[in-house]
Amino acid sequence: MNTIISANNLDLTFQTNDGPVHALKGVNLDIDQGDFVSFIGPSGCGKTTFLRVMADLEQPTGGTITVNGVSPREARLNRAYGYVFQAAGLYPWRTIGGNIRLPLEIMGYDKAAQAERVEKTLELVDLAGFEKKFPWQLSGGMQQRASIARALAFDADILLMDEPFGALDEIVRDHLNEQLLNLWDRTGKTIGFVTHSIPEAVYLSTKIVVMSPRPGRITDVIESPLPKERPLDIRDTPEFLEVAHRVREGLRAGHSYD
Amino acid sequence: MRSVAPVLTVLAVIVGLWYLAVAPMNIRVALNQAERAGAEIVPEGAVQRRQTSVWRLMAQNTAFVSEGYALERPRLPTPVQVGEELWKTTGKMVMRGRAWSKRSLIYHGWITLQSTLWGFFLGTAVGIIGAVAIVYSRVADMSLMPWAIISQTVPIVALAPMIIVLTSQIGVEGRGLPKAIISAYLCFFPVLVGMVKGLRSPGPSQLDLLKTYNATGLQTFLKLRLPASVPYLFTSLKVGIAAALVGTIVGELPTGAISGLGARILIGDQFGAPLAIWSALFAAAILAGVLVTLLDVAQRVTLRRMGMAT
Repeated sequence: MNTIISANNLDLTFQTNDGPVHALKGVNLDIDQGDFVSFIGPSGCGKTTFLRVMADLEQPTGGTITVNGVSPREARLNRAYGYVFQAAGLYPWRTIGGNIRLPLEIMGYDKAAQAERVEKTLELVDLAGFEKKFPWQLSGGMQQRASIARALAFDADILLMDEPFGALDEIVRDHLNEQLLNLWDRTGKTIGFVTHSIPEAVYLSTKIVVMSPRPGRITDVIESPLPKERPLDIRDTPEFLEVAHRVREGLRAGHSYD
Repeated sequence: MRSVAPVLTVLAVIVGLWYLAVAPMNIRVALNQAERAGAEIVPEGAVQRRQTSVWRLMAQNTAFVSEGYALERPRLPTPVQVGEELWKTTGKMVMRGRAWSKRSLIYHGWITLQSTLWGFFLGTAVGIIGAVAIVYSRVADMSLMPWAIISQTVPIVALAPMIIVLTSQIGVEGRGLPKAIISAYLCFFPVLVGMVKGLRSPGPSQLDLLKTYNATGLQTFLKLRLPASVPYLFTSLKVGIAAALVGTIVGELPTGAISGLGARILIGDQFGAPLAIWSALFAAAILAGVLVTLLDVAQRVTLRRMGMAT
């Protein structure tokens, strides 16, 4: 298996007015091609920071990390990944199609290629026919799907998602989780997914990274024994509950009750 | 359309208060005039009456209170008198084909409008360029912003004559340019402040998103900051054009100008013609209303086209 992201003894310390904050300390992790990796942990455990380091949006203060074998900065310049933020963050002055076209315009795709990719990615996230609508005409779940389409439009091999469904209700979330698995299956992308929902992490991932705060570190890495084919009711099986239990144990062990 | 009723209600209250105020404001003039015409007034003589309050005068001379509503040179004209004067100096002159006569408010309004528009364009350009500099350069942020704020604390009435003297020193003929500069001086500030806010309105995650695309600074400006600032820009433009009009009128006041609405106000004051002052005042207010309304329509159309109509 090809290693796509490799972190080695990674440190990141923020200097704040209240002294240094150790967002990441001694983090080691390998992510293989085609993995669906979830990062789970309480707030302040560094899961989002870790994802942002992979995306070259934060600079580590120690250790090494490679993305596609090169530094995160080079990977970013090569447009190796698409990033989905917690808020959909669609431009209100652009239609859904226009929003998906944004990265393509910036990256200099010609008009025909733009139109083709917009159509393709809209279909991928099940939003065909909404190209001409403005963001405010869509529900929150649809907006988030459009923002995933925007991240997919330029066909990066890696998809980094920072709590993309965190602001959505449970029912919409279930639906989007199912769709995301389907999309991952069809595209074969490597996905890094930050969440604080245990069922979401277990349902989606091939690998679950449990993190804990102060300092932000990895306490457990769980290789999921669940099959690739996952209907929603897999969540009632003993295997699923076992993994969920292990995640919960990992979270409890890492949590200092001070 | 929902706002029509409240607006009309407020208007009715203002007109009502105005009518009530006319009687005490004009009672002395009315009594002096009646006394000269031979009427019996208590107390006798204008000097005597100066010691008496207007309320007392009204109470003692109830028969002459109504005279205050039909004076030729009232201290406070009635709304109808102002309306008649406005009509006499605009619509009526147009019907007689004398719209461009020196006595017509259309002529003076046009003079003022020209300077206002020049000042507005100049001020808007300076405001936008200044805002871009402030947003993109820390040095400009720290050096320009304090000066922009200080500039607005200097009374424009004090600056106006200097601007006129200085522009004439460098060989600029006429009052068009100095008036436009004075008006731009007032107009640039709201545009600058609004545009700085608008250009800075995209949040960190929006900027991060463009960073993940490896977008250039120019792309970030054109595709994110500029469109995000459009709603702020229009709000500032509406404030700015009203400020530009005020600036132009102030520029016409202390400078010996003979045309423009500001000049009409000053001349009306010097020649004791309150009706001329009030009608010029209302002409200026109507002009401001029209300009702001036009920008409001432009704002609605633009935002609707951009899909940001609310």
